[in-house]
Amino acid sequence: MIYSVVGHYSLILGFCIGLILIFLSIKNFKNSNQLDTKILSFSFLQLFFVLISFLALIISFVISDFSNETVFNNSHTTKPLFYKISGTWGNHEGSLLLWLLVLTLFIFIFLLRTKNQPTKYKILTLGFQQVIIVGFFLFLIQTSNPFNYLFPVPDEGLGLNPILQDPALAIHPPILYLGYVGSSIIFSSALAATTLKMVSSSWAIHIKKWVLVSWIFLTLGILLGSIWAYYELGWGGFWFWDPVENVSLMPWLALTTLLHCILVLERKEILTSWVIVLSIATFTLSMCGTFLVRSGILNSVHTFANDPERGLFILIFLFALIFLSLFIFFFFHQNNKNNLSNFFWLSKETSILVNNWFMMYFLSVVLIGTVYPIFLDVLSSQKISVGPPFYHKLIAPFLIPFLFAMAIGPRLKWIRSDLKDKIYLISLLIISILISFFIVKNFNINTLINTILISSALYLFFITLRDFFNKKYKNFAQNTAHFGFSLLILSILFNNLFSSEIITNLKVGETYNNSKTKIVFESINQKKDKNYKSIIANFNITSSEGINNNLSPELRIYNQPNITTSEADIKTTLMEDKFIVINLVQNQDYFNVRYQVKPFMLWIWLSVIMISLGGLVSFLQKRI
Amino acid sequence: MKKKLIPYSIILMFLITFTVFYKSLKDTNIYTPETNINNDIPIFLADLLLLNENSTSTEIFELDKFYLLNIWASWCVPCRDEHPILMSLSKNNKLTIIGMNYKDNKKNAKSFLNKLGNPYEKIIVDKNGTISIEWGAFGVPETFIIYNNKIIKKYIGPLNQELQMEIQKTIK
Repeated sequence: MIYSVVGHYSLILGFCIGLILIFLSIKNFKNSNQLDTKILSFSFLQLFFVLISFLALIISFVISDFSNETVFNNSHTTKPLFYKISGTWGNHEGSLLLWLLVLTLFIFIFLLRTKNQPTKYKILTLGFQQVIIVGFFLFLIQTSNPFNYLFPVPDEGLGLNPILQDPALAIHPPILYLGYVGSSIIFSSALAATTLKMVSSSWAIHIKKWVLVSWIFLTLGILLGSIWAYYELGWGGFWFWDPVENVSLMPWLALTTLLHCILVLERKEILTSWVIVLSIATFTLSMCGTFLVRSGILNSVHTFANDPERGLFILIFLFALIFLSLFIFFFFHQNNKNNLSNFFWLSKETSILVNNWFMMYFLSVVLIGTVYPIFLDVLSSQKISVGPPFYHKLIAPFLIPFLFAMAIGPRLKWIRSDLKDKIYLISLLIISILISFFIVKNFNINTLINTILISSALYLFFITLRDFFNKKYKNFAQNTAHFGFSLLILSILFNNLFSSEIITNLKVGETYNNSKTKIVFESINQKKDKNYKSIIANFNITSSEGINNNLSPELRIYNQPNITTSEADIKTTLMEDKFIVINLVQNQDYFNVRYQVKPFMLWIWLSVIMISLGGLVSFLQKRI
Repeated sequence: MKKKLIPYSIILMFLITFTVFYKSLKDTNIYTPETNINNDIPIFLADLLLLNENSTSTEIFELDKFYLLNIWASWCVPCRDEHPILMSLSKNNKLTIIGMNYKDNKKNAKSFLNKLGNPYEKIIVDKNGTISIEWGAFGVPETFIIYNNKIIKKYIGPLNQELQMEIQKTIK
């Protein structure tokens, strides 16, 4: 109870400091010889108050204070301590408080760490950032206050949704938010730089660190979400093109493109419009994601709260930011005249530009697939659902030239390049085509597009692999990330092509047999845990190569709230995953059994880690 | 002129997007499903809260008048929001309000009614949630209007002023 009061008032104080900071930055901007020291202390104070309020919410969760509505809705006394704490940001109110915490943290670090940049620029960035922060404060206090008081005080809470009780999901939101919110700093500073007409190489070097930080966290955040979906949702897939997954992918695509534009801007004063538009787009797409997820417009596995009032607030806020940034862009930004004429067809920047357009294409496919159903529903009251085939058909073919450009581009020189000493490029291409032809022939998958896709991914794979051993080649970070990407595409392709699945209904003691696999349903055990009961089924599975595995999938019946979840049992090896999941069949002693063999699952996770490792190396290394 | 065309068209595009999102926000309100209307009410036997007896559905809904069945629980936050509406509806003597206490603990339910008032003439106890399933309920709160042993209206989610007017019009 006392913690809720403390948390609530800290929030209000934080909001007031936001207003003071906006005022101070306007005042300081007018006579800006040096940064007002008050600004730094006030933004520290703001961070401090948000931190207090966040801690207060965590404590309310830990001591199960059910007079707090958020705690009551999302916690329960029998929940393990770890999930009580992670429950803090597993819900709408808490996660927004986390947003706010990261927002204030990042602007404080930004003020502290930014040196060698004009004071005006720092102040203006702070001003834009505070507008965002104040908006979030208002949103939190007005429509989703985490410290709402409940009377009469209930004895017991409703509990956290069991599918959210998973270690990967406990850290997924904070990591993802670090990425989302990092993009807000990029947004504010891009607006500030545009206003002051200082979008240049030195600015690019300065903002690159921030782009990399958000990019690394966003990549890892998406990975964690995907791992959670694979282990917990029990559908045996890792990416479902679910709207909520899409809204995290869209900022990632924009941010990746931005990163490459920044790299060009670092060397050569071109692509300035790209950089500004993408900085704006990354953050607006993150906000748009928040809007779509939180307003309940979309129907998906992740839909949390159905509250139109919240949606309306974010919607107005989002479009206010969009119009503000459009105004600044059109009013202040002047495109350099020599922007396009300066490109030679065979150079690094041309290949980056080509791939930027491909990225924009992928982004628009995902965007259309996500929001088109909403448009159609409003304009013609038809309900449609856009599924994986749409994305696969539209994206897969265009991955081929994309991968080729990704392989060749980094091998070219800046400004102007030629094809001397590039024989190895062609020889590796021939090798890749031969290998993929061999794979396709051997495994009877006779589709042309797969052959070409595999060859292009293999091509990138070989070229980047070769460069690891090439001493002359210095860009280790880029090479790691690109190598990781080729590995990712290859793993996804092989995973798609070579997965096999058996679905059958079995009773205890029965055996399923086909030419390749034998599944014996041996027994059932029951177990009682702190907040759930579980039924554990034991299977013995023998594959055609004579490999024997014992797998025990589980059905968990949670007591609070009363929900049954199926926990898949997954045996992970280096080359393949064996995945089994059971479900109850209504009113019978049969269990529905789904058994899948999924090759290269582990490699999908590893390659994404490798991609973000590339980002980390680039973040740590000094500029060559 | 040509130079200004681009900003204006982009702004127009965003305005259209805004309108569409805004409209779709308005659509996701409380809705009335078409199924289950004009169906006979299910037959059941249940305990009554506050009176130590049990009763059957035919006894509860026997009179020739309008009944309102409201599914609620002391732990349900939206139920608190709609409670004042039920209180004011209970003053209308053309309508009998029956409560269905859903998956609740008796002590909490009683303290809820003591604090916020009791609009219900009878309260059916649905300890394990099975009776609500028979009624085709999706969750709490949910409200049914019954006349002549038939369900004539069904509202999902908390009642509000607008729905209160609609109910008053129905029973006139």
